[in-house]
Amino acid sequence: MDAQAMHIANGIVDGPVSAIFVVFAVGVLAVCVSRARADLDDRLAPMAGLVAAFIFAVQMLNFQVLPGVSGHLLGGTLAVILVGPWVGALCVSTVLIVQCLLFADGGLTAIGLNITNMALLGTAAGYLLVAGLLRVLPKNPGGLGATAFIASVVSVVVASQGFVLEYALGGTTALSLPWVSGTLAGTHALIGIGEGVIAATTVMTVARVRPDLVYALRRFRKPVALEEVPA
Amino acid sequence: MRKLGWFLAGGLLVALLLAGVVSNFASSSPDGLDATAREGCVFNADDEITGGTCMLQQEREHQLKDSPLADYGIKGIHNTYLSTGLAGVAGVLITFGLGAGGFWLVRRREQGAA
Repeated sequence: MDAQAMHIANGIVDGPVSAIFVVFAVGVLAVCVSRARADLDDRLAPMAGLVAAFIFAVQMLNFQVLPGVSGHLLGGTLAVILVGPWVGALCVSTVLIVQCLLFADGGLTAIGLNITNMALLGTAAGYLLVAGLLRVLPKNPGGLGATAFIASVVSVVVASQGFVLEYALGGTTALSLPWVSGTLAGTHALIGIGEGVIAATTVMTVARVRPDLVYALRRFRKPVALEEVPA
Repeated sequence: MRKLGWFLAGGLLVALLLAGVVSNFASSSPDGLDATAREGCVFNADDEITGGTCMLQQEREHQLKDSPLADYGIKGIHNTYLSTGLAGVAGVLITFGLGAGGFWLVRRREQGAA
């Protein structure tokens, strides 16, 4: 079967730049682990495992966005809303590492590039938007769904532009950067809409069934005051 | 504090169904990145580049392309539905195990909590 190469393959970006991004990704992930510890209690740990497994499953579900072009969820925004930014980045990274090492998806040399784009940039963009939008939108399933949708679209486009930066620094071919950037932004805006629908459906479902398990509803409400008060 | 077990079991079941069954109905077109990387090149029936200029020209094979789960299939199972579905199920279980296990190890230990 002509199965997907869903992430950056080996050799698209040269060795030195790929290596730099491995170092960058490892450094940021180390920060994520140390910041994640504060969030990770006995309940969030298994929940985060479930979020990672769910993202793995949904990443297999490529949906058509244009004739001959498909896309799949990246998962950064979904993870931010359910388990927070630090744990969320680690969830997406876990998925990418499993895909690379066991499923031969996303080059081993390119693992730093893929983690940087999808787990770090995509999640960071998703987090900034979620935190900002939840200050103005209602903290109910509807507001959360709208937040998930908007943040997903932006987050996926940002992740795609991470590739453009890496390609500009170390691309092994010399295609026009504005063309690469524009083409990727266009297709990924469409992919982002698909991701937004999936992410919104998922977080609204969880918010209805178990609102206590939605990180964004617990932590983003009043940024400082409620942190130390057990629910 | 409400129990987490039923929610986790339900969530895992949904993930297993998506990866094990629904995955067989996913689009097989190249994704946004791959499609852009292929644009400009001409491919033959074996998907090898025969001409043109595109980002994929210098692509090298995956170091682990012969792994038993490579390309979301299980080596040796020729029924594609079964192969993709079982690979998806394996992926969900492995990701959950690694994720939940890893997060459990680095979690914050509550002092004085039961």
